[in-house]
Amino acid sequence: MRKEAIAKVLFVVPAALAIVFLFGYPVVKNAVMSFQDYGLRTFFTGRADWIGLDNYVTVMNENVFGKAVLNTALFTVGSIVGQFVIGMLLALFFKKNFPLNGVLRALFLLPWLLPLIVGSAAWRAILEQDSGIVNVMLRNLGIIDTPIPWLTSPDVALIAVILVNIWLGIPFNLTLLYSGLQDIPDELYEAGALDGANGWKAFWYITWPQLRAVVSITLMLGVIYTLKVLDIILGLTKGGPADATQTIALQSYQHSFVQFKFGQGAALSNILIVISLVFAVVYLRVNRRRIDE
Amino acid sequence: MSHGNKNRKRLGATAALAVLVPLALAACSGSDEDGGGDASAAVDSLTVLDYYNDEPAKTQIGDMLSACGTSIGVAKVDHQSVPGPTLIQKVLQQASSKTMPDVLMLDNPDIQQIAATGALAPLSDFGLNADGFAKGPVAAATYQDKLYALQPGANTIAIYYNKDILSAAGVEPPKTWDELKTAAKKLTKGSQYGFAFNATADYEGAWQFLPPMWTNGGDETQLKSPQVAQALQLWKDLVDSGSASKSVINWSQADVNDQFIAKKAAMMLNGPWQTPNLVKAKINYGVVPFPVNQAGQTSTAPLGGEAWTVPLTSSEAKMKKAAELVACMNTDENQLKRAKEGGIVPTKLALADKYKAENPTMVGFVEPVANARSRTGKLGDKWPDQAKIIYTGMQQVLTGQAAPADAMAKAGAS
Repeated sequence: MRKEAIAKVLFVVPAALAIVFLFGYPVVKNAVMSFQDYGLRTFFTGRADWIGLDNYVTVMNENVFGKAVLNTALFTVGSIVGQFVIGMLLALFFKKNFPLNGVLRALFLLPWLLPLIVGSAAWRAILEQDSGIVNVMLRNLGIIDTPIPWLTSPDVALIAVILVNIWLGIPFNLTLLYSGLQDIPDELYEAGALDGANGWKAFWYITWPQLRAVVSITLMLGVIYTLKVLDIILGLTKGGPADATQTIALQSYQHSFVQFKFGQGAALSNILIVISLVFAVVYLRVNRRRIDE
Repeated sequence: MSHGNKNRKRLGATAALAVLVPLALAACSGSDEDGGGDASAAVDSLTVLDYYNDEPAKTQIGDMLSACGTSIGVAKVDHQSVPGPTLIQKVLQQASSKTMPDVLMLDNPDIQQIAATGALAPLSDFGLNADGFAKGPVAAATYQDKLYALQPGANTIAIYYNKDILSAAGVEPPKTWDELKTAAKKLTKGSQYGFAFNATADYEGAWQFLPPMWTNGGDETQLKSPQVAQALQLWKDLVDSGSASKSVINWSQADVNDQFIAKKAAMMLNGPWQTPNLVKAKINYGVVPFPVNQAGQTSTAPLGGEAWTVPLTSSEAKMKKAAELVACMNTDENQLKRAKEGGIVPTKLALADKYKAENPTMVGFVEPVANARSRTGKLGDKWPDQAKIIYTGMQQVLTGQAAPADAMAKAGAS
């Protein structure tokens, strides 16, 4: 091989190794595990019998599976809509020049900087039924008579968990959308203003089309991050009350690291990976169409 | 595409390299640190893994291990502690890399699961037995008729009550379920609940449901029985009547203790590991066993606490010394010392009187521990499956999703 070729290979090797070990190996291992009877014993004896689709059949036949799928969908859609709308409104708001703009924007990043486990523990106290500050406040304001069972009623818990996840996701949406807004040249707005495009019209005909690339990446990353949310739910409800906040990600965690049925946990996480892949493909499609345009 | 073939070749070369590297790494780490299968070889060090990760337990256990090391002629005991929830994961890593410690501490309900994998050595191989121990710890440590662990001290859960609040209200600590319900009702006023317990959707919640379930004659192998339904009804009555907060389904045992300290609960179901916090908060408390449903029943609570095991390693000599270390941690003297330090009860029944005399605050726990039942005694490594059904059924009852009579069936009980 010529020197140049060797150099090329050497440059590629580190990245290739990283991909093979950090991406390829776990994904392949996870896929293989999901077809094996992979439990505690496997770690000691190295033995994991091939059992075909048994793990998938088992987890999909559990009572909780349907609920977990529905909850995953509700949790993802609810979180994304909330995060995106609020993040977008805040981004538009911060685009205006006003005093303390930077300080306020930095404060909005706080939820992101806080370790998740701290955030969820704080929210658990805030949403506590009897003495949590939310209920005390609502009661003192005369908005409610009886305390809202935020985390203790199966009808409300999922909403509470979504609200906390929205709080957590706002900084991510705000940051990406705000930086997207910065990239839109002011000339467009000036030219638009001359043609009478102000306010809502300016947003609809200038901001939104210009922001589409940022919006689609924000939404896609948002969906993938939200699908696999685990710590927030673990910290707030552990999937309860009565499985009301079970999601596929939580089920996967519980099968693997609570029940030590690693094969079944892997099957559930593969289901989740496939769902994420669908969104990634949709994103690529949308993106390609835009480039073609 | 004209470059396709060339690219594929390069990819092949890279892939080959990628495969070779881990093999080389594996070859380096594959050799065992001690190749000695000779039982009589001198042993100068032992490794110990546990989850006594917090002070003062970490130092207390470390000191006791070192002292035991000296007494059995092992110069160095390498004591490693990891946080509780990560212990099993650490053990799994060590198992797959063949670097298991010489002595391993396990939480008692995990012993049979790990023993079932074949990772532990039966203690009878080294001439150890559990004669004179309470039945709970022995059942937890026995898998397929072989003893795999010795547990020096145990805890369990019982009713804590705030003496000041109860005497002000003229209420006696409950001895029956009816008394528990009336007392809790009477003690509920303002922001103060009569009773607090933990009913979370996890093993902790399942463990707290065992006192009513077992005391009433319920059994983990027959979760659809009326005895279990009655126990569920008790939890439901306490919450529905407002004598216990609806938040119990989201309270850990630590949260329950906080409620008790804040005087927002007059009584609670909890364990002796909370004692230091209660003493620090200057709470005037008493402890009684969990009440019975009907006369003639025996109050039965689940066994808690950790045991020492000897993993199978490649060195006979080290395993033999490791067993001696386990025995040393379980001498009368060390059981008493550890129990006093750790707020637990010695598992050797003969030590009870001496222990009661020396630890007046723990008297309320001596009898419950002697009667404590092991979670894995009947089901062995199948316990986690049933525990999941227990906490799921319990949550369905407390949230009104299912009636006590069919909750366990709905949660998957067969």
